[in-house]
Amino acid sequence: MSVTPFLFYLFAAVLLFSAFRVVTTSNTVHAVLYLVLAFAQGSCLWMMLGAEFLSITLILVYVGAVMVLFMFVVMMLDIKLEAQPKGFLRRFGWASLFGVFIAAEMLLVLTSVASPSAGAGMAVAPDGAGRPSNTAALGKLLFGPYVLPVEVAAAILLVAMIVAISLTLRERKDSKFVDAGWQVRAKAKDRMEVIKMPVSQIAVAAPLGPEGEQAQMPEGKAS
Amino acid sequence: MNAFAIGLPHYLSLSALLFVIAVVGIFLNRKNIIVLLMCVELMLLAVNTNFVAFSSYLRDLHGQVFVFFILTVAAAEAAIGLAILVLIFRQRDAISPDDLNELKG
Repeated sequence: MSVTPFLFYLFAAVLLFSAFRVVTTSNTVHAVLYLVLAFAQGSCLWMMLGAEFLSITLILVYVGAVMVLFMFVVMMLDIKLEAQPKGFLRRFGWASLFGVFIAAEMLLVLTSVASPSAGAGMAVAPDGAGRPSNTAALGKLLFGPYVLPVEVAAAILLVAMIVAISLTLRERKDSKFVDAGWQVRAKAKDRMEVIKMPVSQIAVAAPLGPEGEQAQMPEGKAS
Repeated sequence: MNAFAIGLPHYLSLSALLFVIAVVGIFLNRKNIIVLLMCVELMLLAVNTNFVAFSSYLRDLHGQVFVFFILTVAAAEAAIGLAILVLIFRQRDAISPDDLNELKG
């Protein structure tokens, strides 16, 4: 008897418990941490199913990036915590009623319909010896027939990044910068303006002194 | 194969239960949009577990390719959702879904 069933039940129990704590805890930071635990358990389950690449990706992308983003936002926003908002128990009653109903329906369907591979080789994740690497097989698929969807996914990520930055960007009011388009649009006649001036001007009374003599010199020449 | 062997129905039941917990969480949390987003992430985890389980038991890798794309789109969704959340918080200093009722008319 292998240890796999016990591992499955352990991971499943911790996963369901942490998911339950995510939705019931009132502290948002705790909720994010429980969600990290849930993703870790999910990743272990995927590993048991033989999807090694995706389980590592789940840890790297979800726990490493998305959950950190959640944590940043939770800590950046100053959320007033309420211990248990009023009406919590009544809502909890209704919600768990619906939840039990939906779960019972799903489990009924799952247990009454024969699973598609019930007869044929149920052996999950054959031991690694002769099996090709999951990552290599997935890579051959992703960069073979699925290369266009991969490019579209990359474009979606780029668009999401641009949108997220442009939504939250606050321009500084005190930054000094030159608009490049405005620079390019400038014409030569905007740079220098020639204005007509009369040849001679009436002198304004200048204060007398050592500099005063010099200041009056060009004026005398002009007149 | 003994009686305790783990089969496809075990994984499907597990992800069904996980999905239901997330739905209950959406019913339950009316004070915090962040928790609602986290419930959506839990739902996606349940759906992805379904995909991986079927992919493993049917010996078909295309399900895992789908999970890959779902992960991509979910990451984009989380980023944009959190950006919108930050905007909402800047506008009105609260992130309770009950306050966001302007479209109600």
